[in-house]
Amino acid sequence: MIALYNNKRWKLSSYVIALVLILPMLVMLVGSVSASTKLFSHLWQTVLPSYLANTLLLAFWVVLLALFFGVLSASIITQTNIVFKQYLRWLLLLPLSMPAYLVAYLYTDLFDYAGPVQRILRSWFDWQTPNDYWFFDIRTLPGAALMLALVLFPYVYMLTRGALEHQDQNLFRASRLLGLTAKQSFFSVALPLARPAIAVSASLVLMETLADFATVQYFSVNTLTTAIYDTWLGYGDLAAANTLASILVLIILFVVLAEQRSRSGVTHQSARPSLKRELIQLSVGQQLLASLFCWSLVVSGFLLPIVLLIIMAVQYSDITQLSALILTGMNSLKISFFAATTAVFIALLLGLYQRLHTDKYRKIPLQVSGFGYAVPGTVLAMAMLSTLGPLDHWLNRAGELLGFSAPGLILSGSLFAIVFALVVRFSAIANGTITSGITQIPQSLDYAPASLGVNLLGSITKVHLPILTPTILMAWLLVFVEAMKELPAVLLLRPFNFETLSSQIYQLISNEMLEQGALGAILIVLFGLLPIVLLNKNKERV
Amino acid sequence: MLRKAFITMCVSLFCLITFSSSASEMVNVYSYRQPFLVEPLFEQFTKQSGVKVNVVFAKKGMAERLAREGKYSPADILLTTDISRLIELRDKDLVQPVNSSILSHAIPTQYQAQDNTWFALTTRVRNIYSAKRLGRIDLNYEDLADEKYKGRVCTRSGKHPYNVALVASMVSEHGEAYTLNWLKKVKKNLARKPQGSDRGQVQAIHQKLCDISLGNSYYFGKMLNDKKQKVWADEVYINFPNQNNRGAHINISGVAMAKYAPNAKNAQALMEFLVSKPAQELYAKTNMEYPVREDVAVSKLVASWGNYNVDDLALEEIAKHRKTALKLLDQAQFDL
Repeated sequence: MIALYNNKRWKLSSYVIALVLILPMLVMLVGSVSASTKLFSHLWQTVLPSYLANTLLLAFWVVLLALFFGVLSASIITQTNIVFKQYLRWLLLLPLSMPAYLVAYLYTDLFDYAGPVQRILRSWFDWQTPNDYWFFDIRTLPGAALMLALVLFPYVYMLTRGALEHQDQNLFRASRLLGLTAKQSFFSVALPLARPAIAVSASLVLMETLADFATVQYFSVNTLTTAIYDTWLGYGDLAAANTLASILVLIILFVVLAEQRSRSGVTHQSARPSLKRELIQLSVGQQLLASLFCWSLVVSGFLLPIVLLIIMAVQYSDITQLSALILTGMNSLKISFFAATTAVFIALLLGLYQRLHTDKYRKIPLQVSGFGYAVPGTVLAMAMLSTLGPLDHWLNRAGELLGFSAPGLILSGSLFAIVFALVVRFSAIANGTITSGITQIPQSLDYAPASLGVNLLGSITKVHLPILTPTILMAWLLVFVEAMKELPAVLLLRPFNFETLSSQIYQLISNEMLEQGALGAILIVLFGLLPIVLLNKNKERV
Repeated sequence: MLRKAFITMCVSLFCLITFSSSASEMVNVYSYRQPFLVEPLFEQFTKQSGVKVNVVFAKKGMAERLAREGKYSPADILLTTDISRLIELRDKDLVQPVNSSILSHAIPTQYQAQDNTWFALTTRVRNIYSAKRLGRIDLNYEDLADEKYKGRVCTRSGKHPYNVALVASMVSEHGEAYTLNWLKKVKKNLARKPQGSDRGQVQAIHQKLCDISLGNSYYFGKMLNDKKQKVWADEVYINFPNQNNRGAHINISGVAMAKYAPNAKNAQALMEFLVSKPAQELYAKTNMEYPVREDVAVSKLVASWGNYNVDDLALEEIAKHRKTALKLLDQAQFDL
């Protein structure tokens, strides 16, 4: 690619923004240097090994399950003549709008001993006590893994489906001509070709899993995040907590890099999807099995939870909750709006910098700025306080020296901290979406305005931005929804008199009283549906 | 270029102004207590005094946040649900003494710091709930380790401040070695891994998953008043442990003034309001807690649970053993 411009101010701001976004993590790493080995060895001798094992096991199971759900459903949808395909195609995306902690709570309610499922079983079979029969315990590590996989598999589904749908059908036909059956050529040609997309989605699922805090806590599965919490807030040792957090982040980084390395140099995506696809014709039995599989994913990942929420809302909600709900809802909207807008702005700045500039290292700001996605919200909040706190002090002292009254904690004690944390955490999503949009703009459009004598700014406002508008909207919505769902960072960084939908639901859940927050929960889910609907519309048009 | 810089400045100034709140008469509270417990009290205070109360609710990370904010912290008042937190705040030099005759007269001496750095507002018992199907039983905390309760005990995480305080009181009573052994035995008796809330344990008794659980006193009242949870509470007796020896372990919810409180006068007014009779009555009536004032009666429901003897171990002693308790819990692998 030949880049076109060398705008110094743009270059400077790109590097500065990237630095600002990665600053909290750097502070955390530096802070871990002074960790005391004594507490660390105590933890290592007592609980840390099993926390670590839990973390790895959980990650393993979630990724495995999500891959199974996602790849299989995507394959069924793209390769077979399954009935109701036009509905299943987008229904399978819906679980993405459910926060995992919500699903976890709802299913616990449903499958607990006192829940309706076991009650009905008992009345059918006339069992009296828990000892009379075996029933799976949902509040376990496998249970938590299943809950997380149920709401995270759509990432795998979405990306795998995309990859399968955009494959060059000529390759497929060639393999058929060489004597493979439709099924064989799917497994030996189509699926291997989709590997990069599957790998990316798996790493997304992995990061979301390691960042989860509320689900594992509700299921009392102790993971590294638990250890970080204990160390920081129980033993009051920030340095040791920083060390643990750094270990966690390094694990994530290692996996992500390994995944990238494993598919470096493998580029066989092609943009010739025009040929008509040959579908595998399912027999009646296969049709039934495939439908059962897809529909049970849709039902258990979305329909059932939302119905349960609606029932709760109808039973327990009253008008008095409405005003409080509007207030917290507005707060959620506010921070999500600021976060999404900032993240998209940054993504455009860095994405277009990479596309249009001559700098040899132009990719670096973009890559570095997405790093925060791998950092769990809890850890991020901790890093944020370590970063903004000293900055605030410095500002105040400077203000006092200059003769002003101290402005107070304008960074760490305000919405700024939350919005900053959300931007750091979700920039990767905006970056990914915007960059993929930019890559689809033909190179010739970069040169055309330049050859007509239009300057950089003109070229961007007249050519790139108009083309990118749908992508920008999509990126904005994706970050917006993630920000609405985000919990730990918001919990730890809230300023005065500030509750969001997610923080309120979390508090109610920890008192076994979700019923009273059902309306708010439905609201989060409804907002989560917006980008999915839009995403689907866009895809349909393509 | 200049114009751009100007616009940037305006935008950032606008953000600063909208983000930082400003009111004339106010008091800022960092609260470990949940909103629905204290909000009615604050409303009452604002109605009386005209002082606006700003609150951050967070169970986690408050002391750490306060320490980090240092002398620029906006916090005036710190509300906690556990004695250890209060002492920790004092030991980290994050609070200041409040010399108020109203406070020192209203609160019994064992429930306030000698150096006036913290004051209790309510007390709460760490009760043992037992299934009604067991009949009336007399229990000590020590009995939770008794083999006859194998697979029948439920509790929330051992690391929860309420349980840590109980373990600390065991350390103070019996020493480290005994307590570790006790923890290991209790762990063996658990019906399931420690999880959920104090209410969740009563639910588990209702579900017949276990017969005995640990839980604070006021949850019983709260559950009886909740549409869904009443059936759980109807299934259990609330027991006051160790009535024939040292008495039941109690903890407090309390208040302290932040070291750099910018609104110290309002803060003191709020503290004094919280120990006033009307406020204490509200604590008793709506929160089902034991008011710290001796001249304020407990709610009718709470009174019906009967009188009980209290472990007279000094509260500071509990806080002193907190970290030991945490380490023992790790060593017993209680939560695993």
